[in-house]
Amino acid sequence: MMTKTQALRAPVAYFSTPFYVSTPMAHPQDNPDDQDIYQENVLDHYEDPYNRGALATATHAHDGKNPLCGDKIHIDLQLDDQGRVAQAWFEGDGCVISQASASMLLEELEGKSIDEIQSFSAENMLQLFGPRLTPNRQKCCLLSWKVLQGALKRPVGTDADPIVTENDEEIETDPSFGGPSLGEEQ
Amino acid sequence: MSLLDTDRIREDFPVLDRNVASGQPLAYLDNAASTQRPRAVIDAMDDCYRRYYSNVHRGIHTLSEESTRAYEMARKTTASFINAPATCEVIFAAGTTAAINTVARSWGDTHVGPDDVILVLISEHHANIVPWHQLAARTGCRVEFVPMDENFEISDAVVAEYLDRFQPKMFAFAAASNTLGSEYPVQRWTSMAHDYGATVLIDAAQAAPHQQIDVQAWDADFIVFSGHKVCGPTGIGVLYGKQELLEEIPAFLGGGGMILNVTTDGFTSQELPEKFEAGTPPIVEAIGLAAALKYLSAIGMDRIHAHECVLGQRVDAGLRAIDGVRVIGPTADKKAGINSFLIDGVHAHDVSQFLDGYGVAVRAGHHCTMPLHEAMGVTATTRASCYLYNTPAEVDRLLEAVTDVRSKFAKSGRRRRSRRSAESTS
Repeated sequence: MMTKTQALRAPVAYFSTPFYVSTPMAHPQDNPDDQDIYQENVLDHYEDPYNRGALATATHAHDGKNPLCGDKIHIDLQLDDQGRVAQAWFEGDGCVISQASASMLLEELEGKSIDEIQSFSAENMLQLFGPRLTPNRQKCCLLSWKVLQGALKRPVGTDADPIVTENDEEIETDPSFGGPSLGEEQ
Repeated sequence: MSLLDTDRIREDFPVLDRNVASGQPLAYLDNAASTQRPRAVIDAMDDCYRRYYSNVHRGIHTLSEESTRAYEMARKTTASFINAPATCEVIFAAGTTAAINTVARSWGDTHVGPDDVILVLISEHHANIVPWHQLAARTGCRVEFVPMDENFEISDAVVAEYLDRFQPKMFAFAAASNTLGSEYPVQRWTSMAHDYGATVLIDAAQAAPHQQIDVQAWDADFIVFSGHKVCGPTGIGVLYGKQELLEEIPAFLGGGGMILNVTTDGFTSQELPEKFEAGTPPIVEAIGLAAALKYLSAIGMDRIHAHECVLGQRVDAGLRAIDGVRVIGPTADKKAGINSFLIDGVHAHDVSQFLDGYGVAVRAGHHCTMPLHEAMGVTATTRASCYLYNTPAEVDRLLEAVTDVRSKFAKSGRRRRSRRSAESTS
């Protein structure tokens, strides 16, 4: 991870155009055909999710929510003797992005090792999802990713930290994720 | 009831002429969150920065004299906009939130003790809840909520019952709800609360943009509102208080500008209004706010309100006619331009995102009224809020988009394409 000082120095060309010069804002999607974040694949996962439900044999589990929009995700994992994810199930409630991305993530990571899951970054998650998201919607997409990472540290039936992840802190791996909150104005 | 000449009005608001990311023209229906700025405001602020900006009340030089004069003229304009008997009763604060916090600190800490009650409505936004919770944590007082009925209404009888039951020290309520759109009978409830000896604070954040505020007719002890909801700048708001009350309560923020004298032992406060304006005030913002208030006054608050009622009723009737849509708020005759709603089976964020594709900007979420949403059993709603520059055609675009939302997200027997089978067959 970059230190704070490095992060501040890193974007060399940040002000290559003076920041006060008004230019039309570039939209993340130049191709209008790709602008729809509700692509067929996303809606398919939303309506027909992978492993939605509870897992009675879970060895690890965790909950998370986006307090500002009310998205909720619970993930149950069953790790096998080799530390691989034998089964991963989720339950949740919320917007299309939060629920479809959870389905995509679990389908992608079942069978993977703990190391592989831990090295699966937020950027990987956004790529897996597909359509480009604005910072506000990235939070919805990254909720299940955060819950999954949290679940690896929380074995079922122990006193491991039961705190629900509230997906409103900075996402550490990249300062460009997170974005402004959707909640705090009246 | 009649509509304003929106063709002319829209020419005054440069931003309304743009397209959104999808390429559609903007239909800005998020005015309850914040309004847009007319040229009059942009130009007044620009003019100050270009010609005469300086700090106020400090320098003995030409620019400072001119800035001070403009800043104090802005206070006069604001006082006249709300019909304040004395100009010194207008305190410039950072916004509604800062103004309520000032009252909760300054008045609250000196007038409220353990077991006292602060009474608010269930529909309050967080700015009129959290400062009272904080006061409760400091003093041991309690915050009680007046509930609404199944029609999202609060009757005089319920207000009277709660005033009688709790004998509150303070009754703090919004003149208009930012979520339900309801407009409450400010004058009547203030008078009822005074009969019980309560001090009254009116949160006019959602009223100031849409109706004539008359602080003398309302007779409330404190009235607060924000600049950015009345086409003015961000970072400024108004705290009105009755003069004798503002003189009696202590200063809240300490610093330069609010002192008469400072020694190594202590300080004495300035007179009103400087007593409550520590530090360099929002000078240019005050000048921008005055320009906004003049702009709205020239059109006429009654005409603006009538325009919003016409549009609001069109939204309300249109939404209620769409299958699967539920309006969260009272009937159209009890509200003006704000309509919140739920769509069966579609999350508010997906609604808002989908509407953005049609160029329609609305608010999705809890609108900073979490207790209200909890009372209604929902986490998030979508809100469309109209203002003086909105047109019936924009309302129709909203309704068209809402109609299309359900077909987009309705369950239609979709099957996910398994990644593994896709990989093995390719």
